[in-house]
Amino acid sequence: MNYYLLTPELCLVGVAIAVILLDLVITRKGRLTIISIAGLAASIVVSVALWGRQDNSLFNGMLKADEFAIFFKVLLAGVAILVLLASRDYISRLSRFQGEYHALILLSVIGMMLMAASRDLITIYVSLELTSLSLYALVGFLKDAKSSEAGLKYLLLGAIASAVLLYGMALIFGITGETKLADIAAALPSGRVWENPLLLLGLVFLIAGFGFKMATVPFQMWVPDVYEGAPTTVTAYLSVASKAAGFAVVLRVFLEAFGGDVLPDWAMIFAVLGAITMTVGNIMAISQTNIKRMLGYSSIAQAGYLMVGLAAVSHAGEVSDPVVYGPTGLLFFIGCYAVANIGAFIAVIAVTNKTGSDDIESFAGMGSRAPLISLALTLCLISLIGLPPTAGFLAKFYLFNAAVHHDLVWLVIIAVVNTAISAYYYLRVVKVIWVGSPASNEGVPSGWALRAALGIACLGVLVLFFYPSPLLDLARDAARTVAGILLP
Amino acid sequence: MEFADLHPLSLLIFLPVVGALLVAFIPGLGAGTIKRLAVCFTFASFALSLALFALFDRGDSGFQFVEKVSWIPQINVQYHLGVDGLNLPMVVLTTLLGFLAVLISWKVELRPREYFAWLLILESSILGVFCSLDLLLFFLFWEIEVVPMYFLISIWGGGRRAYSAMKYVIYTIMGSAMMLAGILTLYATAGSLDMTVLAGTDLGQFVAVIPLAATFWLFLLGFAVKLPVFPLHTWLPDAHTDAPTAVSVMLAGSLLKMGGYGMIRICVSVFPDIAREYAPIIVVFAVIGVLYGAVLTLRQTDLKRLIAYSSISHMGYVLLGIFALSNLSVAGAALQMFSHGMVTGLLFVMVGLVYDKTRVRDIPALGGLARQMPIIAVVFSIAGLAALGLPGTSGFAAEFLVFLGSFSSLTVAGIRVYTLLGVVGIVVTAGYILWMLERVFYREAKPRYDGVKDADTLELAYISVFVVVIMLVGIYPRILTDVISAGVKALPLT
Repeated sequence: MNYYLLTPELCLVGVAIAVILLDLVITRKGRLTIISIAGLAASIVVSVALWGRQDNSLFNGMLKADEFAIFFKVLLAGVAILVLLASRDYISRLSRFQGEYHALILLSVIGMMLMAASRDLITIYVSLELTSLSLYALVGFLKDAKSSEAGLKYLLLGAIASAVLLYGMALIFGITGETKLADIAAALPSGRVWENPLLLLGLVFLIAGFGFKMATVPFQMWVPDVYEGAPTTVTAYLSVASKAAGFAVVLRVFLEAFGGDVLPDWAMIFAVLGAITMTVGNIMAISQTNIKRMLGYSSIAQAGYLMVGLAAVSHAGEVSDPVVYGPTGLLFFIGCYAVANIGAFIAVIAVTNKTGSDDIESFAGMGSRAPLISLALTLCLISLIGLPPTAGFLAKFYLFNAAVHHDLVWLVIIAVVNTAISAYYYLRVVKVIWVGSPASNEGVPSGWALRAALGIACLGVLVLFFYPSPLLDLARDAARTVAGILLP
Repeated sequence: MEFADLHPLSLLIFLPVVGALLVAFIPGLGAGTIKRLAVCFTFASFALSLALFALFDRGDSGFQFVEKVSWIPQINVQYHLGVDGLNLPMVVLTTLLGFLAVLISWKVELRPREYFAWLLILESSILGVFCSLDLLLFFLFWEIEVVPMYFLISIWGGGRRAYSAMKYVIYTIMGSAMMLAGILTLYATAGSLDMTVLAGTDLGQFVAVIPLAATFWLFLLGFAVKLPVFPLHTWLPDAHTDAPTAVSVMLAGSLLKMGGYGMIRICVSVFPDIAREYAPIIVVFAVIGVLYGAVLTLRQTDLKRLIAYSSISHMGYVLLGIFALSNLSVAGAALQMFSHGMVTGLLFVMVGLVYDKTRVRDIPALGGLARQMPIIAVVFSIAGLAALGLPGTSGFAAEFLVFLGSFSSLTVAGIRVYTLLGVVGIVVTAGYILWMLERVFYREAKPRYDGVKDADTLELAYISVFVVVIMLVGIYPRILTDVISAGVKALPLT
């Protein structure tokens, strides 16, 4: 067996155990962050080294270390590094459980990495639960009323979602008698989905279960409360990593297992859900006064844009490229969204550390109090709107382009109108920062780690705009490994 | 080394960006240094555009000074710049206004660092729109422009600035959202983002993603918001009224022209058949814009709002000229865009000066100012006369060409009637301009304005530049029409 394919995950398992043990003896807890980050960096390096390998199947095909999985492994580990860097300034609020905090983050990264690599319903479910359990604990980490409520809410709703998901998986298993995605595809009855109500029910339950992870309407109810109550670092982590992992699983499951006759049907379900998701997310975001809630709703809207990439798949292309357009766009969008959203949250952490308030109003006049942080936040928000010169612009362009190639012009028009709506609430924050008058003239101090994380995020936002080709190539290679199955 | 090896267009576009970065990030700059830096960089851009204008081969109707580098090969996006007879005048106009805008802003004391940085970036983005020959690049610069405008209006504006800035952004992004959908469907249909390729392609040979006419309308809507065409014009008076003077000058002088330019460059030259088919409807909107705008203008009592509304009416001429679809009328529209840029620019400057000196913009409260500020009164009158198309000014040459061209156009049914209706707009224009001048400058002098000062040397310097250009184009329009007709010749007009 080629167990070395698991080295990225094993590496993190080792570090996670080490962190818990070291926590007992170490007095300078800052070291824990450094160790964790080193572990994550190591797993990135190992993952990259595994890129492009032919024999990448593990455990009889239950896991796969293909380009698609590696893309997400690198992305997730990268996000975790940024989150841990930003946590350095936040850590005082996490009281004495720092070892656990780091270990939980690492464990959830392992779970998500496995999610992206799984090609079997059982491993998918197990890795999903590993992720979720760590995240439930992280959300409730602050132990104050809001955080505990958020943790409990997340746990209860998450448990229901996972039950629904399990039910869906059971139905699929019942129809096909298989749990491996490739075998499901082979055993799937032919014909459109409405000719087989049981299959339809199974698909709907799968979409509902995964929809909870991706935070898409109508499974988004938990988002605002959980995002507001969770520690801001965890919110940032949730909004990017858990969403990315959710989309990874969905892409893999639906393309590999349901790539046959039912593909146009679920693509249309995702198109419609995407349109509703982005609209609801944007409209709800308008009236928010708390920045974490606002970013929460906005991340729902962003999930709606991402679903455009799920909808933009079809057998239509005679040439190979249009088939992977949608998935490529989705992966590229996730990368661009990750840097911008993490960047925005890091800036929020910096400011709220000083002012102690999550209200948008408390950002008034930050432009003069903390010019660089404000500039970074502005850049990230502009990227989230999708205006140039930022990554978000190209991400949307590419994704929408993919949708038009699949005859989804109506969806693109809904999406671009939504972009205009989103400009309203993102710019309102920008306005408060630069036009509002500051409550005091005190500066906003921040540690080197936070500044570094913010710098990396902003650099990412700019680099992905001016030089997007490398990431686009990687995204395309990664997308081919899952969507390539559809190629004639 | 050849001039073209200097990459003059890139240099032209990015000089202001460099200036903006220097202004924004060099620590410890005083306000004076910031302003001088801004002047240097905008002047360099302007000088470069003059060099381009001088070296432009007027006999060649293709693109010149072309730069082409592959940027995002995955979706076939190129960094592709070039100028022809249609965009070169716009480039010169923009660099000139950009330079003058810095001088006009000389008295800005509030957060000068950010102000001049945004002003320079605004200039770059407009130049980028005019020079781009790749649709994505075009759209990118088109979108960038929103950011500096938002800040410029919402921080340095007056009145309901936050409201106006947001309204501007929402309208613009809505319009460009439509345009983005248009770009994507065009790309999916023809497989290219290269505007030079698209202009020479018969789109009829492709299987369109959506009907080609729908794609045409998506583009047209995007441009119509910017021009602005009735009934999408309502952002304009608000944005203009609350923007600081220099920004109003850039907005009316240069930004609106992006809409007209886009219509010629994309709607007419990529979709000639569809343009012909729908021209009668669009021309009706043009005439409504001319007349409705003029009538609204008559009713204004705020000096700045009056000029803002007059822009709506004058942009109607541009729309009329473009969709009359004759060589002459399109050339007239292009000339009108340039002329309006200078004339309305000057009008906004003059309003700004009057307001600076008197702190009043309410027309009934002013009066008899010619006695107290003779220079301002004279220049304001010149600008007003140019706006109503007095012979000898650029306004006359431009409007004459538009009306002559559209009246004699054979492409659009019923165009003569619409042209005649449009001409009525001139009469109303004469009415509101003269009436405004009379109310502001020529009634009984009011003693409360006795102490106000006339234009100082710096102000005199930049308003003279405007006057000279307006007169020059008015007396010798060939200086521009030579260039413009080279560009129009390449259009698929009958």
